[in-house]
Amino acid sequence: MNITQLLFWILTVIAIGSALMIVTSKNPVYSVLGLIVTFFAISGHYILMNAQFLAIVNIIVYAGAIMVLFLFVIMLMNLSRATETLKNKWLQIVGAIAGSCLFLVLVAALKNTEIKKNLVEMGTGDIGLVKSLGRELFTTFVIPFEISSVLFLSAMIGSVVIGKKE
Amino acid sequence: MPINYYITLALCLFAIGVVGVLTRRNAIIVFMCIELMLNAVNLLLVAFSKMHHLAKGAAATAGSDGQLFVFFIMVVAAAEVSVGLAIIVMMYRNVHSININFLNRLKH
Repeated sequence: MNITQLLFWILTVIAIGSALMIVTSKNPVYSVLGLIVTFFAISGHYILMNAQFLAIVNIIVYAGAIMVLFLFVIMLMNLSRATETLKNKWLQIVGAIAGSCLFLVLVAALKNTEIKKNLVEMGTGDIGLVKSLGRELFTTFVIPFEISSVLFLSAMIGSVVIGKKE
Repeated sequence: MPINYYITLALCLFAIGVVGVLTRRNAIIVFMCIELMLNAVNLLLVAFSKMHHLAKGAAATAGSDGQLFVFFIMVVAAAEVSVGLAIIVMMYRNVHSININFLNRLKH
């Protein structure tokens, strides 16, 4: 087992463990911290696959901006105490069973695909670097890139209009 | 690494997100589980893009479409989070709770 496989398994264990922490913790602040750890583990996977631009963007956008927004909302509304009053055990058991069935069905369906043994390129290849991705983004994908700026403008106006006190 | 390890990891994260959406009643935690599902799909897209790049090694830019799709998914997720948190704040201001069972009055 070389160093890449060792790092893959460590990052996988961290990602799944912190994802379970999101679902199981009573305090929403701990859920946010678990989600931040999950995002860092996924960024580690991106770095292992030499997708450096996406690793940095994942940390900046998700762990930096979106999760701070979540923390602001939780602390502004003072939700950090446990507030879930509904204790329907059956609903939780049935939800867990349904999610595990989804996982089992998808794994069983994809178990015998032809691409199962195809290798993922680790640590080499330059399609994930800023230079090549930027060239693709500003030549082939320039129209969706500009449309996404309109999307951001409409999201900004929408959140201001929704959050405004009337 | 073989691709099926990445498929299983992404499916595991996605299933954890589905379980969270189905079992939790806190609107913010449901929203975070949706973000977790989006990130599982992003991880799988990057893994498939690197697999495609290794298979089609001749073309230098083969597989970069997948990584650009991940970039656009992140853009849309950022816009979605800002609007969704505004909706949650407005809901908390109206009913003083973020339990999503209060939202069943939308059907009346």
